[in-house]
Amino acid sequence: MKHARVQYDGAAHDATEQAGQLQLDDGRLVGFDTVQWLPPLQPTPRPRTILALGLNYADHAKELAFKAPEEPLVFIKGEGSLIGHRAQTVRPPGVDYMHYECELAVVIGRAAKKVKRDDAYDFVAGYTVANDYAIRDYLENWYRPNLRVKNRDTCTPLGPWRVDTADVPNPMNLALSTTVNGKVTQAGHTRDMIFDVPYLIEYFSSFMTLNPGDLILTGTPDGIVDCRPGDVVVTEIENIGALVNTIRTP
Amino acid sequence: MSQPTAPEMATAPFLPQGTVYGTLLNALDEWETLSPQMSAPPYKAAPKAPVLYIKTANTWSPCGSPITVPTSTTEVEVGASIAMVIGTPAHQSTVHEALSHVAGYVLVNDLSLPHANFFRPPVKYKNLDGFLGIGPRCATPAEVGDPNRLRLEVRIDGFLRQTVDYARLVRPAAQLLADVSEFMTLHPGDVLLLGCGAQRPLARAGQRIDISAPGQPTLGTSSNTLVAEAA
Repeated sequence: MKHARVQYDGAAHDATEQAGQLQLDDGRLVGFDTVQWLPPLQPTPRPRTILALGLNYADHAKELAFKAPEEPLVFIKGEGSLIGHRAQTVRPPGVDYMHYECELAVVIGRAAKKVKRDDAYDFVAGYTVANDYAIRDYLENWYRPNLRVKNRDTCTPLGPWRVDTADVPNPMNLALSTTVNGKVTQAGHTRDMIFDVPYLIEYFSSFMTLNPGDLILTGTPDGIVDCRPGDVVVTEIENIGALVNTIRTP
Repeated sequence: MSQPTAPEMATAPFLPQGTVYGTLLNALDEWETLSPQMSAPPYKAAPKAPVLYIKTANTWSPCGSPITVPTSTTEVEVGASIAMVIGTPAHQSTVHEALSHVAGYVLVNDLSLPHANFFRPPVKYKNLDGFLGIGPRCATPAEVGDPNRLRLEVRIDGFLRQTVDYARLVRPAAQLLADVSEFMTLHPGDVLLLGCGAQRPLARAGQRIDISAPGQPTLGTSSNTLVAEAA
């Protein structure tokens, strides 16, 4: 099943996809165009942990002139950076290079501590699409990628759907692509991840507990380009969804 | 959430509602210590923006609760800091009005596995379960006054091991908050650490860590005991 979270008629609702419409948690059927799409996540009692991978596809690591890492390169994002489907992301004035990153996002389903890779999928509730924008002008070599690059308001679109694990038999066999104004600029495949989803769950849960609603953004493949105000950026993952975002000025 | 154990503690110890942001290199002594390395690889330059990291919710330990030291290490690094608790959204705040967004101040103990390289984000060093002692109390701005006049004392098993002087910061409280809010909104409930200082003491399982601010009893004493992970 495909789950969404939307703002409709003055309130936030959980919703599911029903034959090209949204069925709200109160039963109403509404069109995709009538709602404001929020990140497809249910609220958590504490701020969710958002882990994000850098250089997790060999081709992208090469693109950025890094050798492939020997252990996951991970950074953390705050919830304040998340926005929903069909929202707008700010390009700051005066920067030279702002790029999208199409990423498979794993949504944790139950508390995971010291989980072995063979059991890892038991702790996943579902998957969604993340667009982990970066503004490379702000990169500094202190806790890189630093938060000024990766934790900006509006710079992590997520959605539109959270898809149950039952509907994603193999998350390591999904095509990813990005279009900018309709032109394909990025094409990759989750099988090319350096550290796959079970590895990442085993690795993180070896030293920190992952809790329901936590996210792992699993990194992006080759094919990043600069995006300008007005550009429509669609990051899409096979069977998960197509996340639409538009770049704007402040 | 564990319950307070001290009988005099009338209310549960403070825990954050939002995201907790830590700050590297905001204490002048810490900056001076690392300064000779800053222009060399891998850093190649001194940092321009505030250097931040996130202490995720799995790290939060209410005051008084034991903190587990994993079997992979013998010692942990103590990171005593005063932290600002945000009350109203701070978005591209000016220095002048920055502290008007602060709802209160709280003591924290930002534990790390010791590490000397700050090139990559410190997740595996800083985001272990329980690795942020918090509280006991969120004191109001009126109670605390000027945060840049605070001084913290760190005691391990009762012995004074470090003092942190908030008159000696790279970015004083208002400047730090303004500079962070330039690129990310700090939301109500979010927490921003002012910095932990150089010469952070090490502690090991069995030891008790107490952090207090002399002359500021309203902040209370942040206390946690380290315990060894069960094998």
